[in-house]
Amino acid sequence: MSDERTLDLLEAKIEELRSLNATDGIDLSKEVARLEKKLETLRQELYANLTDWERVKLARHPKRPYAMDYIDAIFNGFYELHGDRIDGDDRSLVAGLAHLDDQTIVVLGQQKGRSTEEKKERFFGMTRPQGYRKARRAMLLAERFGFPVITLIDTPGAYPGLEAEEANIGGAIAENLLAMSALRVPIVTVVIGEGGSGGALAIGVADRILMLENAVYTVISPESAAVILWKDKDRMKEAAEALNLTAGRLLELGLIDGIVPEPAGGAHKDLDQVAAALKIELVKRLGELRKLEPSELVEVRYQRYRAVGMYRDTQGTE
Amino acid sequence: MPIFKEKDYLRVDLGKEPDESLWMKCKSCGELVFKRRVRENNNICPSCGEYFFLTPMERIGLLVDEGSFEDITKPIVADDPLVFSDRKPYVERVSDAQAETGMDDAIVVGRATISGLPLVLGVMDFRFIGGSMGSVVGEQICHAMETAMEDRRPFVLIASSGGARLQEGLFSLLQMAKTSAVRGRMAEAGLPFVSVMAYPTSGGVQASIASLGDIIIAERGALIGFAGRRVIQSAMTQELPSHFQSDAFAFEHGAIDRVVGREKMRDELSSLLGFFVEAR
Repeated sequence: MSDERTLDLLEAKIEELRSLNATDGIDLSKEVARLEKKLETLRQELYANLTDWERVKLARHPKRPYAMDYIDAIFNGFYELHGDRIDGDDRSLVAGLAHLDDQTIVVLGQQKGRSTEEKKERFFGMTRPQGYRKARRAMLLAERFGFPVITLIDTPGAYPGLEAEEANIGGAIAENLLAMSALRVPIVTVVIGEGGSGGALAIGVADRILMLENAVYTVISPESAAVILWKDKDRMKEAAEALNLTAGRLLELGLIDGIVPEPAGGAHKDLDQVAAALKIELVKRLGELRKLEPSELVEVRYQRYRAVGMYRDTQGTE
Repeated sequence: MPIFKEKDYLRVDLGKEPDESLWMKCKSCGELVFKRRVRENNNICPSCGEYFFLTPMERIGLLVDEGSFEDITKPIVADDPLVFSDRKPYVERVSDAQAETGMDDAIVVGRATISGLPLVLGVMDFRFIGGSMGSVVGEQICHAMETAMEDRRPFVLIASSGGARLQEGLFSLLQMAKTSAVRGRMAEAGLPFVSVMAYPTSGGVQASIASLGDIIIAERGALIGFAGRRVIQSAMTQELPSHFQSDAFAFEHGAIDRVVGREKMRDELSSLLGFFVEAR
């Protein structure tokens, strides 16, 4: 995004002036204030009317906060659990116990890597069967002890590879959908970045589904949709629009329950602010769900999923 | 290579060949074969054994007791919640598929008996937008399972699907959760679910309802997997074995219980369902 680069340059300039101000004793504070105001205006303008494709890029922004950033900022004493007890530990999906204020919860998050090394270790956030099985194990643990489950989705999609197919990744995703649909503890899901298809849904069957303002959630990536449906890999912008993948549209369609606002420029501009807003939202949603008996909770969740879908009756009132 | 090998049986539709021709050319082995022999052979090439395509009604005819099928498919058709249009508007894509197949959407469900044993059967149709699961297919599968629960019958699903119906966006993705949730209720009710994976069972259908069978059977020649061969090769530049995502591959890696030839499927289901009658 060239516009974003302009903003970054301006931001760097302000920093430079500030340091001059401090070291040389020249009073540039008026100049700094003027530039800061200009920066803010430009940023508001740039981000007020993002296209869906721009939002996809923002959801994938290299500086975007990842699951561990939110886990560290929101919860206390994160205690990570490893391994699926069968085959291995998939680092693209972190699972663990944590405290949300005074209650114990189980948190799952898909974690992209920041450095090249870490990206490789975490498979760019693409979860493998071992990761989905670890998630399932952690959710069953939560159910056993009555801990609510919070899941943070951020994946381009499930891992596409030979080993994943050999280990039946489709079956692993299916087992999670089944387990989550009847889990007897509250589940709150937050799409924090990319919600990539079945690989996201596999930790996304929930009582409350939230999205960060610039997160996206879609049945297929705009790039793949362009290739498959438009037979033209360059039409991903059009595909992004058509897929209705933004938080705003999905809320209008009634498929998610709420949106957590981000500062102009995206969540990475102010992690603390976004994490604080998200924490308030999580506490509120879990509070609503805690009022329900486990059997009621499961029934309400069941009815929600049983009812999802849009079709027309060909008999009756038409 | 495309996600779905352009196998002949996907393209040879016996119903569409001009009626006057007695012979057809198998696109797999090139032999001229007598059409009636193909039909009598369950739409399998008598010369090379290649499986030709079966429509849901043809498949039902081969599987269930004659005259026992009662169609309970709900009278619903696809809506267009996203007003989706790619190279063609979704509504047009649906009406074209309807005209071509004579079906409302990509599945038929109904009550039937096999060797006198009652069941609810769902059969997917790959011809209808790749057998993809959108809101209609998801609803029909749930309706079938609910009927099975009301009647206390087993449910058999014959999957033939490329995955989620992309044109319905997240509505389609969520059908994976919807069908899995109802499948959970069937398990609680103690009713068996047999999943038969035919060519192809992939993507969102393989990663939900089709993989949740108490027993999972592959029809010989099936393609079974989550991510397509092409997707994996472009993402990972990985060499894939020649039998990748074949029935043998799924069997070798423990994803399915058995591989069964089409000609034996009726007997297979009959003996399998028999175990559950005794159990109740």
